[in-house]
Amino acid sequence: MLRLLVSLIVFVLFIGPPQAQESGLQAVLQNNQKAVERASRKTVDPLLDALVASRSPAVPQFLEKWRAKDVWLNQKDGLFYYLKSEKTDPVTLVDIETGEAVGTAPKDDMKQLKPNSGVREVLASALVRFQLQADDKARRIAAVSAIERSAEPQHLDALRKAAAAEADAELKLRMDRLVRLLAIRFDPDPAQRVAAIRSFASNTAVDVRAALNPLLATTIVVADKMPEGVNLARRLTPGANLSTEAAYDLLVEKGLAPAKLTRDVRDKALLAHLQNENVAGIPRAELNTEAARSEAYALLAENGLVPPPVTQAEIREALEAHVFLEVYAESDATVTNAARESLASIENRVDLYRSIDLGLDALSLASIYFLAAIGLAITFGVMGVINMAHGEFIMIGAYTGYVVQQVIPDYTISIIVALPLAFLIAFAAGVALERLVIRHLVHRPLETLLATFGISIALQQLAKNIFGTQARPLTSPAWLDGAWVINDVISISLIRIAIFVLALGFLGLLIFILTRTRFGLEVRAVTQNPRMASSMGINPDRINMLTFGLGSGIAGIAGVAIGLFAKVTSELGSAYIVQSFMTVVVGGVGNIWGTLAGAGMIGSLQKVIEFLNPSNTLAAQTYMIIFIIIFIQFRPKGIIALKGRAAGD
Amino acid sequence: MTRAETLLELDRISVAFDGFKAINELSFAIGSAELRAIIGPNGAGKTTMMDIITGKTRADSGQIKYGAHAVDLGQMSESAIAQAGIGRKFQRPTVFENQTVFENLVLALAHDRSPFSVLKYRMGRADRVRIDVLAEEVGLSDHLTRIAGELSHGQKQWLEIGMLLAQEPRLLLVDEPAAGMTPEEREHTTDILVRAAETRAVMVVEHDMEFVRRLNCRVTVLHEGSVLAEGSIDHVMQDRQVIEVYLGR
Amino acid sequence: MERTFLVRNPSILIFIGVLAVVTLGATLLSEGLGVGLLSTSFIKTLGKTLCLCLAALALDLVWGYCGILSLGHFAFFGLGGYMIGMWLMYARTEEIVSASLANAPLPATPLEIREAIGTQIFGVVGGSDIPMMWSFADSLVLQLLLVLLIPGLLAFVFGWLAFRSRVTGVYLSILTQAMTLALSLYLFQNDSGLRGNNGLSGLQNLPGADDIPQALISVWFLWASAVSLAMVYIISTWLMSGKFGSAIRAIRDDENRLRYLGYSVEGYKLVVFVFSAVITAIAGALYYPQAGIVNPAEMAPIASIYLVVWVAIGGRGRLYGAVIGAAFVSLVSSWFTGGQVPDLNLGFYTVKWVDWWLVLLGFGFVLVTLYAPKGLGGLVDMLVRRKEA
Repeated sequence: MLRLLVSLIVFVLFIGPPQAQESGLQAVLQNNQKAVERASRKTVDPLLDALVASRSPAVPQFLEKWRAKDVWLNQKDGLFYYLKSEKTDPVTLVDIETGEAVGTAPKDDMKQLKPNSGVREVLASALVRFQLQADDKARRIAAVSAIERSAEPQHLDALRKAAAAEADAELKLRMDRLVRLLAIRFDPDPAQRVAAIRSFASNTAVDVRAALNPLLATTIVVADKMPEGVNLARRLTPGANLSTEAAYDLLVEKGLAPAKLTRDVRDKALLAHLQNENVAGIPRAELNTEAARSEAYALLAENGLVPPPVTQAEIREALEAHVFLEVYAESDATVTNAARESLASIENRVDLYRSIDLGLDALSLASIYFLAAIGLAITFGVMGVINMAHGEFIMIGAYTGYVVQQVIPDYTISIIVALPLAFLIAFAAGVALERLVIRHLVHRPLETLLATFGISIALQQLAKNIFGTQARPLTSPAWLDGAWVINDVISISLIRIAIFVLALGFLGLLIFILTRTRFGLEVRAVTQNPRMASSMGINPDRINMLTFGLGSGIAGIAGVAIGLFAKVTSELGSAYIVQSFMTVVVGGVGNIWGTLAGAGMIGSLQKVIEFLNPSNTLAAQTYMIIFIIIFIQFRPKGIIALKGRAAGD
Repeated sequence: MTRAETLLELDRISVAFDGFKAINELSFAIGSAELRAIIGPNGAGKTTMMDIITGKTRADSGQIKYGAHAVDLGQMSESAIAQAGIGRKFQRPTVFENQTVFENLVLALAHDRSPFSVLKYRMGRADRVRIDVLAEEVGLSDHLTRIAGELSHGQKQWLEIGMLLAQEPRLLLVDEPAAGMTPEEREHTTDILVRAAETRAVMVVEHDMEFVRRLNCRVTVLHEGSVLAEGSIDHVMQDRQVIEVYLGR
Repeated sequence: MERTFLVRNPSILIFIGVLAVVTLGATLLSEGLGVGLLSTSFIKTLGKTLCLCLAALALDLVWGYCGILSLGHFAFFGLGGYMIGMWLMYARTEEIVSASLANAPLPATPLEIREAIGTQIFGVVGGSDIPMMWSFADSLVLQLLLVLLIPGLLAFVFGWLAFRSRVTGVYLSILTQAMTLALSLYLFQNDSGLRGNNGLSGLQNLPGADDIPQALISVWFLWASAVSLAMVYIISTWLMSGKFGSAIRAIRDDENRLRYLGYSVEGYKLVVFVFSAVITAIAGALYYPQAGIVNPAEMAPIASIYLVVWVAIGGRGRLYGAVIGAAFVSLVSSWFTGGQVPDLNLGFYTVKWVDWWLVLLGFGFVLVTLYAPKGLGGLVDMLVRRKEA
């Protein structure tokens, strides 16, 4: 009841005192028939006023139809109708007030109203005003959204009134915010604008920044003396914060100084004054240095044949005779000051969010590196063996995921199947590699590296032969699409979160295996002192085999994870292998925490360098590798160094 | 001992590995022409002491003064220390197994060791004679052209001693030279060491008391990283603390 | 002394003999100077193979003799190619540009020529300014010096950092791989000043040799490559047979022992590494004018690893082993991948060698590592010993 009362009052306030007697829509249109038929931007406003004054409930629909070119004039009776369908002939006429079919007419009698685009714009904005008042909340929301998309000055008042009357708390908040955004742009009262600007301090939303930034737009103004009454951003001094070149070019552009003599112009002038193979007495063949050409031009200028070139002194003089100013397009200094302050506080906040976002990015990259490198670190740590084919185990995992998806079309189930399957296949491949090759090369780490490299070449080419060279898709389930958006600056894709969780899970699992199980105990014993371990009844061959299998299996799982966001090709593994090596080397060999530290460091380093030099990810990798080479200088054994067999002493 | 006679002096050296004090406030000195035996139970810090002198391990605190000018070895690299005249023989014989005995000895000869002077090196008559003499001394005259890896364990030990002598060091550090040798070989080794000590300082780390006794020299007993006793072999063997350490375990 | 040197190293005479026979034979059968039985492209392949042999020789010095397994030697190879390529491209472009500006209404000024060269060379990466690093590109002598200096400097800085911190074994190998990856990624950028992924091209056209046919030029390069290989072989044999070589092999076998003998191991490693890098750069500088194009992809880590594979198959620690390996594998490789080998029909599947050669090479390499760690050179040793016995 109260709501009805309020909206009634607002309605009255909005429309103002009735200017005309309450009458039907058709009647108002008949009174203004010419204005309707030949509506223009100028004439449409009184008509709209009249329509509003009519208080006919059919007006909003009429405006919508009119805008959509769905209103027809029956030239026989001079009345306006909608048509049921324009395809039939005769057409069925629909009354514009009641919406009921009222008869038929031959199509030739009907004339379509085609308001021009200017009129349609005015209609749209008027419609929004109507919609803001609508009883239906959905329509009010639609109106607010429409204003958000494209705001116009006349929306401000309507919206302000609507906001005051809005009963729905959430929508009211949204309207209030929009009112302040519009006020920044359209409010005629500077105090209101400043208040609106101030109210957005530290607000990092994109639309706020979009509203504030244009206020600080500047143009460069050149004048012979300091002009009065401009909103000055700063004064430019040629040679200091404006290059003399640019300053002079500006003068030339504004016609305040003669153009400098370019080489092009000079050469054209020389050619124009070429007589008997001579220019000003200098033979053409001798004009083969810049100095000679300039001299020839100077001679022409002396004879008055060409304008003399602008000298440095003249340039200096011209620059000194003018002032160069950066002037705000917005004339009110209080507004620009407030905008500057608000933007500064927003920038601070944005910087903070960006660093958080960067941190999250780095974290997700680090978890990818961790997943890719941990298997390598385990085998390197326990067996002192570098497995160059590690990248190909990652590739095997990714292709496993792809093949499983071919068999099981449901993406969720296929991922759930693919993860353990990738582990098993890579585990089996790892065990085979250990038994067939690595076991026979014990204590020859460089030869192991070479042999595994041979495996790597062969596996890569095999994958190429089987799956072809083009990338294969490994599609993530729908619930992993999209991103977790925290605000306009911070967002992180769900796949990366999933990979982070996966990495975290493996970290926990590996720590559990290594510290809480018999196998882990034996692994640590073999790592620290293989001879002692074997004399205590531990079979180092078995431990080595299982360790290698475990390391390879994890690479397989990493392959599925990487395949979800990267393309599955035969080169997938080799793209990550060097980073994996780096992770192991930087982190320190044979230690899960070391690998974690290494992955964290390389991940964040890469992101920070990319942030500092966003245009160039290639250079970022270069700098990162250089950094790592230098880092090794100070910690040759990595961040977390181990003692024992793996430490190489 | 006065400064002039002292070749090497360790002054309150300490070193710790992960909190374990391998060497604890160790002070020690050796003269410029002296034979000295170092004994002590396992973990007493004998090998670590040699590591510190040769620059393999850096001391956490204390000073190592060497030579008449009391140079601080703590700041020098392994190769610089070796060039300063300190030679070391490891417990396990370490020679270059893929090269001939002759090549091993040539590498050890006291000459400028910088890459470019080695590049210009031409073997002269003097060097050839020197190598023959050394080979004679360590009993390898007939084996000069053999690959070092083919030698017996004892021969390798001798080759390494021969290489040490070829360096013409002022201080020789010898770690268990007699390990794995026959009694005759041991005797020969003793002779070589005693003769070497006539002109230079020789430090011998040894477990075998009989061997030490035959060296007939001053003995330093290390225990838990510091000097427990010092004196003639008979003197230290009667020391109550020494007996406790050796027998009490 | 020299006589005893040759007597002590009979392999030199055999090697040079074989090399001379091959080179002379190829010349006599070539299109350029001989009967035309061998195509120009085959002569080029032969010349390039000799350059690869040279690079393998250089790698063998650091790996086979000094124990430093470098997985990044193609960084030096490529850099050598880039350094000579800069002169080739600049000088050649200058010729073309001067010729096209000859018809201009005014005789071209040096500035105009330079600008035209800049546009011609760097237009492909959206630039026209000639970067600083091309300052010496107009001088063959200076650019030849850079062939030696730039890779040498890179090897010196990298080696100094790595050896000083006592990085050895697989760690060092991985660092060298990282180095070559970093360099190739850097060169992939368009603003690296070396035309990004386009690399330098048209290198087969020698400036000032327009009227000399490629058939002849290819023979010249074959000889240049052969002579370089022979010279480096002699120098390397000399280096590795004396006391210096003895010290280098001692580093490989037990660098700590050598340290306690008073040798500064780092200094020796650095000398060998830089020497090897410079030789590799010379090989690259001879290779790329025959290949015609050098680009960053050439320096991808895989290329350096292939070099290692050749040396391993040939037999490391012997100079001729490295050469045999490189010659054998790279020639067989180009034979298989060139599509000249008939497909193998298994009935149910046809083995196309273009696709399967790498699989064969990979597994073959594993077998060599497992069962013939001394490589083909080891076979030669065995034959020689049997003959002696």
